[in-house]
Amino acid sequence: MTIAIRLQGRRGPRFLLDVDIEIPSAGVTALLGPSGSGKTSLLRALAGLDRHVGTIRFGSGIWQDDRLFVRTERRRIGYVFQGEGLLPHLSVRRNLDFAERRAPAGPFDRDEIVGRTGIAALLDAMPRDLSGGEMQRASIARALLGQPRLLLMDEPLSALDTPARGAMVDWLGDLLPRLGLPVVYVTHDEAEARRLAFTTLVLRDGRLAGA
Amino acid sequence: MTLVLLTTVELALVTTLWLLLLATPLAWWLARSQHWAKEIVGAITALPLVLPPTVIGFYLLIALGPDSPLMALLQPFGVRTLAFTFTGLVIGSIFYSLPFAVQPLRTAFEAIGDRPLELATTMGAGPWDRFVHVALPLARRGFLSASILVFAHTIGEFGVVLMIGGNIPGRTEVLSTRIFQLVESLQFGEAHRIAAWLVVFSFAALLALLLVDRRIGTPRP
Repeated sequence: MTIAIRLQGRRGPRFLLDVDIEIPSAGVTALLGPSGSGKTSLLRALAGLDRHVGTIRFGSGIWQDDRLFVRTERRRIGYVFQGEGLLPHLSVRRNLDFAERRAPAGPFDRDEIVGRTGIAALLDAMPRDLSGGEMQRASIARALLGQPRLLLMDEPLSALDTPARGAMVDWLGDLLPRLGLPVVYVTHDEAEARRLAFTTLVLRDGRLAGA
Repeated sequence: MTLVLLTTVELALVTTLWLLLLATPLAWWLARSQHWAKEIVGAITALPLVLPPTVIGFYLLIALGPDSPLMALLQPFGVRTLAFTFTGLVIGSIFYSLPFAVQPLRTAFEAIGDRPLELATTMGAGPWDRFVHVALPLARRGFLSASILVFAHTIGEFGVVLMIGGNIPGRTEVLSTRIFQLVESLQFGEAHRIAAWLVVFSFAALLALLLVDRRIGTPRP
């Protein structure tokens, strides 16, 4: 089973995306490339946040083809954004509630997730009071409580300073492979990709430049 | 006097409620849509800001009068005209204060940005769910501002009310038209009293507005 993506996206005369790739539907896959290479565009298309011409298959299911477009809220994905990844008007606890209430039954247990992400002491905090690292851990917890079938992460560590980033990479390296769920991880940092991913796809100018 | 005050407050309240209901979807569309006609609709919405109130009043008087095609549609329901009625006054006020509801709401909706809405989508929230549980709470400051502005602006309206309402005591007479009436009949003492109260009220409303902006408007990074 794989995630098969064939997309062509234009912005004006230039290609934003021109890819035909398969991503293994287990383990961590890194999308590596400089900024403007199309990795975030690809991730957003995979989430259904942007729409380009082409097809996306998730295993035997179709997420997008000529006639069909499954909307983001029906794809059951977890998405960890760069920077702010919580609803700003709700506390961490109520952000988790928000995700949980809209999720089907699934393998991720709330207490266990809260424990593993180390956010038990932050539950009553508002997002604006969290540090960058705390925000990302809470965002990951929030994403997992949606019981996703696929976890998408868009440069989750780019807003952190270097020491915090090192600790988070180690923590993620420990967490992600144990989730039992495919993860697509966007980064421009080669060391980060090497540390976290089994498979690395390199993008350049919206095209696959290497694996 | 009490009756005039009651009519005025009732008009302002009813207008505010209707406008929150009508302006919310309009402001949401203006804030989120990419449609080419968006700014045209935006300009039409803002027209009452620059039109003389007598122009709005004049057209409404024609539209709500007994000879209009609009009223012909309402004939079967026993309505012959809405001119010089309280309902007519409400309709006039809705048009007159429309920009004061749409503008703060549109600004508040625009300030939300894409991120919280996209976040909610990835958490499984559909369009209506996102609107109710993300957009509305994040735009609460806009709703408060819009309510204060519309309420105060409706109390302060004169030209439209006079045209469409006709200043009928007990039905369409409001504070602003009462002052006009009092001055016409040289009762300056009474006019002074009402005028002074309106100055105090308007000042309080504007002060409240500024405080709302300060308190609830958390600065975004």
